[in-house]
Amino acid sequence: MLIQFTEEQKMLRDMAREFTKNEIAPRDKWMDENGFDWELCKKIQAAGFMGANIPEQYGGGGGGIVDTTIIAQEFARGSASVATFMGGQWLASNLILENGTDEQRQQYLPLACSGKIFAFGLTEANAGSDAAGIKSLAVETKDGWVLNGSKAWITNSGVADYYIILAMTDPDQGTSGISAFIVPKEAKGLAIGKFEEKMGVRGSATCELAFDNIKLPKEALLGVRGKGFKMAMQTLDIGRISASAVCAGISDHALQLAKAYANERKAFGKPIKAFQGVAFRFADMYAEIKAMELLAYDAATTKDAGLRCSQDAAAAKLFATERGIQICLQAQAVFGGNGMSKEYDIERLVRDIRVWSVMEGSTEILRMIVSGGVLASK
Amino acid sequence: MKILVFVKQVPDTDDVKLDPRTGNLMREGVQSIMNPLDANAVETAIKLKEEYGGTITAISMGPPQADDVLKKALAMGCDESVLLSDRALGGADTLATGYPLAKAAEKIGGYDLLICGRHAVDAETAQTGPIIAGFLDIPQVTLVDSVKIEDGYAVCTRLLPDRTETVRVRMPALITVCQEINTPRYPKPAGIMKALKKPRYVWTAKDIECDPAMIGVSGSPSMNKKIFEPPKRNTDTKYFTGPIEDVAKQIVDVFQAENLI
Repeated sequence: MLIQFTEEQKMLRDMAREFTKNEIAPRDKWMDENGFDWELCKKIQAAGFMGANIPEQYGGGGGGIVDTTIIAQEFARGSASVATFMGGQWLASNLILENGTDEQRQQYLPLACSGKIFAFGLTEANAGSDAAGIKSLAVETKDGWVLNGSKAWITNSGVADYYIILAMTDPDQGTSGISAFIVPKEAKGLAIGKFEEKMGVRGSATCELAFDNIKLPKEALLGVRGKGFKMAMQTLDIGRISASAVCAGISDHALQLAKAYANERKAFGKPIKAFQGVAFRFADMYAEIKAMELLAYDAATTKDAGLRCSQDAAAAKLFATERGIQICLQAQAVFGGNGMSKEYDIERLVRDIRVWSVMEGSTEILRMIVSGGVLASK
Repeated sequence: MKILVFVKQVPDTDDVKLDPRTGNLMREGVQSIMNPLDANAVETAIKLKEEYGGTITAISMGPPQADDVLKKALAMGCDESVLLSDRALGGADTLATGYPLAKAAEKIGGYDLLICGRHAVDAETAQTGPIIAGFLDIPQVTLVDSVKIEDGYAVCTRLLPDRTETVRVRMPALITVCQEINTPRYPKPAGIMKALKKPRYVWTAKDIECDPAMIGVSGSPSMNKKIFEPPKRNTDTKYFTGPIEDVAKQIVDVFQAENLI
């Protein structure tokens, strides 16, 4: 195996695997039917996962990108919804860690570590990939800022305690006119819409947010004015690495379900795994999952080394999300007609994998990033 | 307060199968885990430390890979670990296991409370804890489902089949805990990052001054004659469907037909 985990990383993987088996996996079907699981959330908080990405000085786990990628992959083997939830948490708290002032880090990072839920809001109803098209507007006043506008498809919205919201502060400057703000859920003027009825990852909370003259203090500006877009792009690299490992986790879950079924289901007097038409699917699934893991952890290692990884993170996510969909369909095919039934978990995985090629940079945007990098290099 | 907690690495019983021909455990692909009741023991130790202060030493005996369970104990919150690892200690029965563990406790010294799980899920003898207490000549309380400390005494409740019993025992003492005492915590990521920086000792039989005649195969008066799986009972599973009242009635009918009620 090319990926060399440290002793601590192996322990982290074992612990995350045990937690997933005991706590997460048994709840995934319930979450698919009922939405966000607060009881499970409390266990995740108690086990210290919420601040796994934050340095120890703030009360966190001190984990790097490889570490959180390991946790994300293990969680995804049990629930894509929980992996989505963690991704939102780490992405938002990481924005504060990387870009916040000392005061902002001291104030918010211990909260993230103690279990407060964070969300990151970039996308709007009419602007996602085209970040410069966001319409949310923050106007500077003598006391601070006034925020107006709305957001859509925000992971962890409706359950979050704090939102990192991107808004235009200087609309004439395009992406250089975007800034980030920390908005507590109690902010007057923050309206949280109903939970979206999604196709997949239904256990992760997603709502619309509306901002009606929210008055924010000067300190609500995260980091530097006009740098919101840049910080979002840098943090999205981490989100993309995590997403690729999550797809490896979901895909492996699909493979394991199909494997159990292929051993048990008989046709023409034999277990169906004895037929090459079934068996060969497993060779393809296995090879592609290995490739997903290698791409994900290669980009994670690059990021941990402090090197630029945007192109490799995008390539990892592009591959993992696109192939992940195919793997889940392959696994579903092993189930024949039963693959359509809600009685078998594979049906849920087919729905859960779909969103990953849309969020945190759609496949098309990722192809722009990767091809741009490839063609520009000498 | 100085607490010693004993942990054992066991095969994950969810996965364990016996080779029907040889009677040996089929270990291939079977995960090793911390004996679940020993996780309760570690949790007990950490809770006591959180309430009364002190230090916790986690101790295990086994091959080098048994260190994995000690690493987990450290990640959960123990302060240091001791692994007794020596070919001379191999093949031990419960007596030849309890003896070196007691010798390790003697070498550490100054202990107030020794904690074990009530039994290991692989052999289920529930003997090692009491044997350690016997060698150290300290009082023991088994089947403990709650413990608190009062003026040099451990006040324990014991979970017995028909009653609970409260025992007040002067420390140093050894207790074995049952599953009901607590829910073991998961090691936190922060705990994992710190675990391997804590003191970790590996001792041989010589380091703890064992009498060579009392360890390993030669120190084991008992031996396994044969290991076999109990024959599987044939059970028919019947599923009832319909409104709950109908299901209840159908179940009662079956019970009556079998003369069970």
